[in-house]
Amino acid sequence: MDGEELTEQETALYDRQIRVWGANAQRRLTKSHILVSGIKGTVAEFCKNIVLAGVGSVTLMDDSLVNEEALNANFLIPPDENAYRGKTVAEICCDSLKDFNPMVLVSVEKGDLSARSTEFFEKFDVVVIGYGSLATKKAVNEKCRKLSKRVAFYTVDCRDSCGEIFVDLQDYKYTKKKLEEKVECELNFPSFQEAVSVPWKPIPRRTAKLYFAMRVIEVFEENEGRKHGQCSLLDLPTVLEIKKKLCEANTVSESHVPDSLLERLITGTIEFPPACAIVGGILAQEVIKAVSGKGEPLNNFFYYDAQDGKGVMENISNSFTS
Amino acid sequence: MDTQQQQSSIQGAKVLMVGAGGIGCELLKTLALSGFQDIHIIDMDTIEVSNLNRQFLFRRSHVGQSKAKVARDAVLRFRPHINIRSYHANVKNPEFDVDFFKQFDVVLNGLDNLDARRHVNRLCLAADVPLVESGTTGFLGQVTVHVKGKTECYECQTKPAPKTYPVCTITSTPTKFVHCIVWAKDLLFAKLFGDKNQDNDLNVRANNAASSSKETEDVFERAEDEDIDQYGRKIYDHVFGYNIEAALSNEETWKNRRRPRPIYSKEVLPECMSQQNGSTQNCSATDDDSTVSAMPLLGLKNPQELWGLTQNSLVFIEALKLFFAKRKKEIGHLTFDKDDQLAVEFVTAAANIRAESFGIPLHSLFEAKGIAGNIVHAVATTNAIVAGLIVIEAIKVLKKDADKYRMTYCLEHPSRKMLLMPVEPFEPNPACYVCSKTPLVLEINTRKSKLRDLVDKIVTAKLGMNLPLVMHGASLLYEVGDDLDAIMVANYNANLEKSLSELPSPVINGSILTVEDLQQELSCKINVKHREEFDEEKEPEGMVLSGWTQSPATNGESASTSNNENEKAVDVTESSSGPEMASKKRRLSETQPENDKKETENVESDDDELMEIENPVMVSKKKKRVE
Repeated sequence: MDGEELTEQETALYDRQIRVWGANAQRRLTKSHILVSGIKGTVAEFCKNIVLAGVGSVTLMDDSLVNEEALNANFLIPPDENAYRGKTVAEICCDSLKDFNPMVLVSVEKGDLSARSTEFFEKFDVVVIGYGSLATKKAVNEKCRKLSKRVAFYTVDCRDSCGEIFVDLQDYKYTKKKLEEKVECELNFPSFQEAVSVPWKPIPRRTAKLYFAMRVIEVFEENEGRKHGQCSLLDLPTVLEIKKKLCEANTVSESHVPDSLLERLITGTIEFPPACAIVGGILAQEVIKAVSGKGEPLNNFFYYDAQDGKGVMENISNSFTS
Repeated sequence: MDTQQQQSSIQGAKVLMVGAGGIGCELLKTLALSGFQDIHIIDMDTIEVSNLNRQFLFRRSHVGQSKAKVARDAVLRFRPHINIRSYHANVKNPEFDVDFFKQFDVVLNGLDNLDARRHVNRLCLAADVPLVESGTTGFLGQVTVHVKGKTECYECQTKPAPKTYPVCTITSTPTKFVHCIVWAKDLLFAKLFGDKNQDNDLNVRANNAASSSKETEDVFERAEDEDIDQYGRKIYDHVFGYNIEAALSNEETWKNRRRPRPIYSKEVLPECMSQQNGSTQNCSATDDDSTVSAMPLLGLKNPQELWGLTQNSLVFIEALKLFFAKRKKEIGHLTFDKDDQLAVEFVTAAANIRAESFGIPLHSLFEAKGIAGNIVHAVATTNAIVAGLIVIEAIKVLKKDADKYRMTYCLEHPSRKMLLMPVEPFEPNPACYVCSKTPLVLEINTRKSKLRDLVDKIVTAKLGMNLPLVMHGASLLYEVGDDLDAIMVANYNANLEKSLSELPSPVINGSILTVEDLQQELSCKINVKHREEFDEEKEPEGMVLSGWTQSPATNGESASTSNNENEKAVDVTESSSGPEMASKKRRLSETQPENDKKETENVESDDDELMEIENPVMVSKKKKRVE
């Protein structure tokens, strides 16, 4: 096991968290490689968390330039124009993140995520897409699923004071504690494509409305060629039209997706920092679980809404229709 | 979230944060990002390496510096125009009085101990400032809101006190590893290296009133030139061999219990070890080396490794030798410190040898350290989530959105699909002596118990008063303060030694005492009832206070390391930072959350709180009178 052991420095630094998840889990974390695309407030929180946790490497992809919006909820960007002028968001965040834990390799990858080949993703154990378009999320998920190596796939999206996390771990074996014993479990996750195409009618009544609302927004942004958050109250009529069509196609009533929620999501384009901390925290916990193979993972959506204060797990798959 | 109104109430708010640690760093960052512009932060601690896995505002280069100050500097770097005022001080200091608290719109706690939380709770009540409380342990967390008159105060539901164990369990009949740790830390370590004037129960034997302690006392004294190795073996043989044999001679004790086996050094360790690897005599290091450690000298590298009896014995002797060889000056003044590597090694070894003797499973140094040091396991993510939740509640408080106040529980496993579960706060408890001024009842033997007992056990310990004052009618029996003159102090000291019924204003059955803490602005009435007898086992303190009730044992002891892959039964220690699920219901508009609480750690059935696990003060706190 030599060379596999945690160094003395690692043991001292990670002492408190090793007491939570154990040395084996920590070892696995230090060997894991995470790809992160799309960095705003929530993803910045996520990155901070996994860097602190001591993952092997974090590769950042976000070629957008730093602007006022970026400065808002992203504490990784110092408000010094001299420091960030001409640099991409990924580049600035990379510098800040390295500081949190010098043992983690943080780097930047330039270019368009959706243009990457399947082989590109093989380097990673975890892929996280923040604020991605419907097309990108589908395409990348498909590529991850094609690989023989299992790459854990996550999407995260925060608007206003709400957040959505999606998880796809494909065929996943893990251990969990039941009473005093360790139990071996297995889960089968639906792909992203499947998870967002599930017919609405059979989905249980009490499912978080955010699921449906996010699907409407996804379609809207795709149809209109908009980036995440590139919308306003003026778009509401269009959004409601899309909602109407989707509800009709799924033979559910329009009350299935509250208009007020849709309005919140398209007007609240700036992320709400407390929600970023919460959603970014939950996402990091999930990634840590998946890498370590310990603990029951989220299956397969998580929703947070600061208005009602609930953070719920929803399981959405074609099992409803069978 | 929404409007101008919200933004302006945030921007104009003056916020006090208590604690700049795990929760504090995350909280300060989120407050700053959320638009808060006037933040004060109190923390008495300095930065340690083990903080760096989650207290992300700190760097290695900051170790040793003030947490509050460094946190402030770090946040100002990405929000340079806000006002952050840091205080490197104990929140219990008199400078943080009611007037200090009154200047804030809301107080946010990120503390790690019950004592400070109670203190802040009282000051917030006195100042009528809302308090948002929080706590995390591992993956569990919670945030609660306390607004005077509207919701429970922090003490309306009593919180679990630190775990304690009966003396006899520690000295004679241990059954769990934690008992061995307490023995090793608070008895053996204290006896060998701590204050010699402190009473120590190391040689106390159960059911044996007359122990010839004078004789055995001398065993622990090391003669000037006594060979360290020999001395070490002598101690080893005495505590693990002779003492066990002596205990075995009492048949009664072992009738229904597993008998321990005596262990002697010669059966475990080869003779003349001092010639082997890295003898302390041959070390060229200076005589005063506080970083010295036994493990490397014995080729032991991995703190997670389980040592056998032989290895533990080697560590025991070697650590003891190193204390005498390299840290002689400290002997007689040492208290156990979890960051003192040599002390941790010694205590681990001693506890393990004792465990071996009693048939209790051994533990690694890593595990032993956690138990002995009351280490709370912690990760960044839970703190970040809780910080977000705190800010959300703080905003509601500022907007006076009372209907929206929530207590939020952050769970490890979903309960009815929820990982984050909001619950409406409860109304104030009409029987809470802190916020509802309910009188308490104290049963005590007024002829035998002294005022000192009442002050120590009730006023300070149970009631959590910091600078108390005890009155009987108009008569001031006792008080603490800087401004007392010598006559008053002498008077109070004399009172402490008197039994209650002999006080200048006699306290007898039916008397009503008033107990106050002026700093906390807390005043309690205690109705005194005389009782002759108290059960030694069940009521070892010789007094019973009611109206102040211990919370039920099922109240979510969460610190058990359910994720510890080593599967050892790591016992629960201080859990004041963990979530406490409300087991009593009050008014709830949400449907009752399931109590999906994890397995509660075995609560000791012999529940007598006699020996605190975390500090070396024994039951009988009396110092030996210096002749």
